[in-house]
Amino acid sequence: MGLESILFYYFAIVIVATAALAVSRRNPVYAVLFLLPCLVHIAGLWLFLGAEFLAAIQIIIYTGAIMVLYLFVIFILDLGSFRTKRIIHQQKSLAIAGGLALIVQLVVLTIASTFPGPFGPPQEVVSGGNTQAVGGVLYTDFLFPFELASLVLLVAIFGAVVLARKESEETSS
Amino acid sequence: MITLTHYLVLASIVFLIGVMGVLLRRNVIIILLSIELMLNGVNINLVAFSHYLQNMTGQVFVFFVMTVAAAEAAIGLAIVVVLFRNRETVDVDEISLMKW
Repeated sequence: MGLESILFYYFAIVIVATAALAVSRRNPVYAVLFLLPCLVHIAGLWLFLGAEFLAAIQIIIYTGAIMVLYLFVIFILDLGSFRTKRIIHQQKSLAIAGGLALIVQLVVLTIASTFPGPFGPPQEVVSGGNTQAVGGVLYTDFLFPFELASLVLLVAIFGAVVLARKESEETSS
Repeated sequence: MITLTHYLVLASIVFLIGVMGVLLRRNVIIILLSIELMLNGVNINLVAFSHYLQNMTGQVFVFFVMTVAAAEAAIGLAIVVVLFRNRETVDVDEISLMKW
């Protein structure tokens, strides 16, 4: 077993284990803290696939911004001490049956099917760097979706501010 | 030798853990975290296919998925804040005002 396989299985096991732990923790603070190593290891996996820019973005934006936002909300609302009456939903049996059906469909069918063809870094990456390649595609072929993405973020900022604003501020102004 | 299938199976498992989190858990915060997990499972798929098909488009799509995830987190958490302020709960079973 080569170094690549060992590292892949290390990353895969850590990702699956921390994801399962994050979803099953009762305290949401622990859930977020378990999701952090999960996302960092996904970024490590992307380094294998030659996506250095996305790996950096994953760590900076996902773990650095989005997960910290979750932590802030949990701390501000003091949700660490909040307890739901039961952890597990009433629809447990139905959900597990559906989940098993999905796992059979996705995992078994993926293993059963073969993928012929090339396997290697994209041609743009071979000639330049990964960041250069992403930027080249993003600012030419995907310029309009890129601008649209900024609009989505702007609307999200407005939505978050308007939603989370206290009522008393609205009446006083 | 690590092939595309390895990445696809890993992405499926991460996605399924997210699905089970959404279906089974009752805490709104955990449900939002599970949605992030599902998005990350899809992102692994997109990057793996981008590498496999030697095409940059997959990586650009991950970029857009992350943008939507950030927007979703901001809006979702704002809704959670308002919900907790008004109802003193983040248990989805107690938030049934708009059910049916």
